[in-house]
Amino acid sequence: MSESGEATGALSLEKWYDLFSRGARDWLRHDEKVRESVREQLPQIIAGGDVIDENARTVRVPVRMLEHYHFRLRRAGESQGVGQGEVKPGDVLQDPAADQGSPEKGPGGQDHGDIKLLLEIKIDDIVDWLWEEMQLPNLKARIGPSDSSDWIREGWDRRGPRSRLDRRRSVKELVKRQGSPSARRSPGRNPTFIDEDLRYRQLARRRQPAIHAVVFFLLDVSGSMSDRDRKLAKTFFFWVVQGLRREYRSLETVFVAHTTEAWEFAEPEFFQVTGTGGTVASTGLNKVREIVDARYNPARHNIYLFYASDGDNSVGDHAEARTALLDVAQKACYSGYVEVASGLSRQLATETGRLFGELVSGGQPAGSYVINDFDDVWGAVRHFFASEQAALEAAP
Amino acid sequence: MSATPSVGDWQSYVQRLEELAVRSGLSFHPVEFEAVPDSFMMEIAVYGLPVRMPHWSFGVRYIYQLIQRHMGHSRIFEVVFPGNPGHAYLAQSNGIAENVLVTAHVLGHADFSHNNLLFRRCQEQVSEHIVEHAASHARQIQQAIESFGLQRVEAVLDAALALEQHIDIDRRLRRERYPEYLPDSKILVDDEFRRRFAALDPVAAGAFEARKRAPIPPHPERDLLWFIATYAPEMESWERDIFLAVREESFYFYPVFATQIMNEGWASYWHARLLREADFIPQQAYLDAIKCHSDVVRPIAAGEQVALAVNPYHLGFSMWEKIIETGGLEAAREIMQQDDDFSFVRNHLTRELADELGLFRFNARSDGHIKVLDHDLHTLQDSLLAPKYNFGAPSVAVAYLRNDGTLELQHDHATDGRGLDLERGRKVLEYVRQVWRRPVVLRTVDQNGSALELSAA
Repeated sequence: MSESGEATGALSLEKWYDLFSRGARDWLRHDEKVRESVREQLPQIIAGGDVIDENARTVRVPVRMLEHYHFRLRRAGESQGVGQGEVKPGDVLQDPAADQGSPEKGPGGQDHGDIKLLLEIKIDDIVDWLWEEMQLPNLKARIGPSDSSDWIREGWDRRGPRSRLDRRRSVKELVKRQGSPSARRSPGRNPTFIDEDLRYRQLARRRQPAIHAVVFFLLDVSGSMSDRDRKLAKTFFFWVVQGLRREYRSLETVFVAHTTEAWEFAEPEFFQVTGTGGTVASTGLNKVREIVDARYNPARHNIYLFYASDGDNSVGDHAEARTALLDVAQKACYSGYVEVASGLSRQLATETGRLFGELVSGGQPAGSYVINDFDDVWGAVRHFFASEQAALEAAP
Repeated sequence: MSATPSVGDWQSYVQRLEELAVRSGLSFHPVEFEAVPDSFMMEIAVYGLPVRMPHWSFGVRYIYQLIQRHMGHSRIFEVVFPGNPGHAYLAQSNGIAENVLVTAHVLGHADFSHNNLLFRRCQEQVSEHIVEHAASHARQIQQAIESFGLQRVEAVLDAALALEQHIDIDRRLRRERYPEYLPDSKILVDDEFRRRFAALDPVAAGAFEARKRAPIPPHPERDLLWFIATYAPEMESWERDIFLAVREESFYFYPVFATQIMNEGWASYWHARLLREADFIPQQAYLDAIKCHSDVVRPIAAGEQVALAVNPYHLGFSMWEKIIETGGLEAAREIMQQDDDFSFVRNHLTRELADELGLFRFNARSDGHIKVLDHDLHTLQDSLLAPKYNFGAPSVAVAYLRNDGTLELQHDHATDGRGLDLERGRKVLEYVRQVWRRPVVLRTVDQNGSALELSAA
């Protein structure tokens, strides 16, 4: 039998239904709705530690198709149906206990729930949604007095270096003096500029406000921090960077890891670092202080510190850690402490937890949050940025 | 194969097949045939009508249909819409033999929908122009989207389409509101005293005879779409129109749903018979068409030994063959006119036929364990029909309208045998609450059979 597609195709060409697909239109609307509903599940997306990798601009989220709900009877443990074939009562047609093989469709199968879509969502969109969700007005950058200045163009003068000659402006002056070159009847003669025609752009010095920000991520990589702990910290850091990047045109990040010593790392290596041995928080804090003193003037930079640790600081380090932290906290816009305690939740009753507790009660812009699980990352982001907001409102 | 038959041939076959069908006793409205691209066939299958209102849930079905087609599962040869004239859409990818078969099949459907009482009753109410009506509903909804915004229209459609099965086919499409007062229970005694009392003070006498307001609804109301459109306290008129549009389409869909076994069986019987008698069709096209026929009416998974479902084409076709073989065509036509699937299966699926077809009843546990139960005819009939009762939906009715406007729904769990899926039930109540604009509650039972009230406030 031949396919007579060509022949029958001639029957109806260019009908209205060739112009658009209603199915595709309604599918697009479904897609929009899925994205809306994904938005409502942001905490779970953020929680997915696996979805985040450096340099990624998108996150892949598996979603289920939406269901348009109808009244349905509760699913019964057993159901009866009618089949066809040569069988005797009592025959077992399918026994999952016996054969683990192909799970056939049950009667009236085709459960629509089994197809999943993989949505790709831009991280920027997620951050947009996050900010809307938290209803945070844009964080006010600290615009401090600044010794930085920049040259900007401003006005014209008759004198100046050749490199800043403004030709358009100079021609205008020539025309004002002589009339239009094309209007003159002597085509052989070139228009002649005289010194009075020339105009030079002038520069003026302007002071630039400080709108730079630097975030210090201080991570405890001592032996007591498990892989999972570090991954929790990484996920949290990731969203903090995303959030702050929106607020500052130039955001620098500094990564410091410490055990009983402290080192500064580049971002890619930072999350690979594993260390052994004990925890001396003051080394990390002192390292941060050093870097601030060396590179970042608190008057020009908005400094943020986020410290992730399991909280087990060495007992002998208390006084020194306290001094270092106080010093850093005074220079910083905000100091946050994330206690990653997968497994046991001690609710900040740790050495480091108490240090930050003192900071908060001392009126410094600071806060602490415990992350036990990936689900808590969302809470942490919300906590720090909401309290940052509160701190700003408290101190106008 | 010798000369490939051309389109012209097929069209000349249409006319000759029609003449043959009329000679064989079929009666039908004229049918307009149109060959359409496969993509359009697929959309008709998804929407149920050539042009229908937009809603995202159709998009979901569309994707599933697309996936199915990719996997080579479903191929749709033809879709026919009853009416005067009827509309038949054939897939452009059909070969000539398939088109011949499909044409004969369509004539069988046209005969069925023109003579079957359930179809006729519904068409009398919906009119014989459902295709055009549905297109105008789609246009009306498009206009509503332009005037009121997608969000609002979608909220109404979410509710209306969620309740699309909940109509009452035993009442008319156009219904009056319930009587406002109970039937007059005026005391009929007309004695001297009452006459003098009335003359004394007409107002007091009137009060004495004050009529009692009827409760709303006066009986459990199964037509949820109509009830909500009619009694919702604050629904806007365009919203009511959308509810009534969905309801009208449901009235059209009901006979298609409730006569599927009969209707497909009848059309299959007639395409086989007309082809046998059509001596004007070339041998090769006939053979191809017959092969196509046996593909359509074969039992599901014929190659394997046992199938866990019954192909309605196969069941209906076998039943009609048996009926005509034993009782003759006249008797069969009478059955075709008067029955729906419920009476058809109960009255005409006989012991012998069930054995011949090898029908059996099985029990499937949720863990996947499946066991053959029995061959008992009555339980077989019950199990075949169980998914078809009440338009395939749980029996939910409006029980009461409270003074504060709360809508009380009652699920008849005794009839359905178990309670509702609570999660879905709650979601549907939320849809409904959006248009009802007052609290909505629904009584059903939980898995232990104790009463439970779902609500959306």
